[in-house]
Amino acid sequence: MADLLTIENLTIRHVGRPLVSDVSLSVAAGERVGLIGESGSGKSLTALAAIGLLPDGMTASGSIRLSDREVIGSADRDVAGLRGTAVATIFQEPLTALDPLMRIGKQIAEAVRRRAHRDGRSVDVQAEVLGLMVRVALPDPARLARAYPHEMSGGQRQRAAIAMALACRPSLLIADEPTTALDVTTQAEVLTLLETLVREENMGLLFISHDLPVVGTAVDRVVVLRAGEMVEQGPIAEVFGRPRHPYTLGLVEAARAFDQAIGAAL
Amino acid sequence: MSLIDLAAVSFAYGRGRKVLDGVDLSIEAGRNLGIVGESGSGKTTILRLLLGLAQPTSGKVTFRGAPLDPRNRPFMRGFRRSVQAVFQDPYSSLDPRQKIADIVAEPLRSLNVETDIDAAVAGALASVDLPPDAAGRYPHEFSGGQRQRIAIARAIVSEPELVLADEVVSALDLTTRIRIVELLKSLSARTTLALVSHDIGFVALLCQDLVILEKGRIVEQGTARDILSSPKHPYTQRLLASTPRLPEFA
Repeated sequence: MADLLTIENLTIRHVGRPLVSDVSLSVAAGERVGLIGESGSGKSLTALAAIGLLPDGMTASGSIRLSDREVIGSADRDVAGLRGTAVATIFQEPLTALDPLMRIGKQIAEAVRRRAHRDGRSVDVQAEVLGLMVRVALPDPARLARAYPHEMSGGQRQRAAIAMALACRPSLLIADEPTTALDVTTQAEVLTLLETLVREENMGLLFISHDLPVVGTAVDRVVVLRAGEMVEQGPIAEVFGRPRHPYTLGLVEAARAFDQAIGAAL
Repeated sequence: MSLIDLAAVSFAYGRGRKVLDGVDLSIEAGRNLGIVGESGSGKTTILRLLLGLAQPTSGKVTFRGAPLDPRNRPFMRGFRRSVQAVFQDPYSSLDPRQKIADIVAEPLRSLNVETDIDAAVAGALASVDLPPDAAGRYPHEFSGGQRQRIAIARAIVSEPELVLADEVVSALDLTTRIRIVELLKSLSARTTLALVSHDIGFVALLCQDLVILEKGRIVEQGTARDILSSPKHPYTQRLLASTPRLPEFA
């Protein structure tokens, strides 16, 4: 199976200092890969490098192939064509990803039109928007399409952001801490939704999180980053079931302590 | 004996909808209490009432049986010495222009506590496993976890009977979080904790008693053991079922 994303020996530097060193990973169609690490581990930078959006002043070396096109060293106009077609991204805080002055239906419509224009297709935009809203289980889509982001709950906003990502019909979805800002009951719903969508659309998923139990339920393979370096990677059952690196072991033990507390109270 | 009681407490901002409705709860000395709920459940409003920073629209808040009265200054001074707080964000809760020694000593100074301030600060820093030379440094020189230790040192320096903690580990990484839990566990021997959090796993590690809040009402309260082993209310059941756990791998 061809990989949608292949990162080889990625190093990201800022003023000569390495922030990410020698990271390699790949995501194939239908595969769910987790990128896990604590603050400053370089997980979000790795994702930004993958879509060619590193902040100014940072340089990347190594190789990133997105849908068989090299990202590192390519002009932004070449990589821009991949964003929204080969790859779509959802971020932690949906409020920052949504325009506060535009009704939600219009925002999703924008993504639908853009993709249709690129594909040279004509579409019934309104029908497609409502279809996408149904797909991400937004209640009463006709009414909610007329709502502004501040009139929606956090979970509804994240569903709307996922609908916009789906409108692009990407082969790869990058989800950067997509449930961190949500309550646990909403988080469970959004995780189930992502799992269903990725399976049914046969997308690849790169799931970035600091939360072990969330990653443990959301992905098949995991890459563990610490201070910009890859300490371990492999199938989830192997990495979390029999961690080889002391850092991974520490994370697993800490997560288990919280889990056991729920099972065995004082 | 109960330290603070909320009796039939309701609270609304202006003429708006009630954000707390008929809340009854007691914080007993020596028994840590976890107040658990999601966004908009009224957790933070309860914390403000417990700290005397807001007055209930109806109902009563009492400290050792006496109503909290902001006009009764001597009473409130005793209350503030006995009840201290730690907040969620260790970056915004410490004054960046003050040295750690001054930050930690602040409750002693503002409450006119007659004591050897330098010794009390050194003792509080030692209790949270920070080196003595931390006293001469500024907040920006410390990591998030260390800053939260400084905030905890400030909360315990006046030797309070009760420490209220609002989402104290939410902004921290997992490995730092577990170290703060261990610190709070060791502090439980000398002070009672009331932890407000959305994270039921965190409070379960530290609290004997739990209160589950949904949309301003208490839907379930009792011992942590009972609630976690057999949750009665559908919301508590949903909260526990939704809390992600690391799968068991053979």
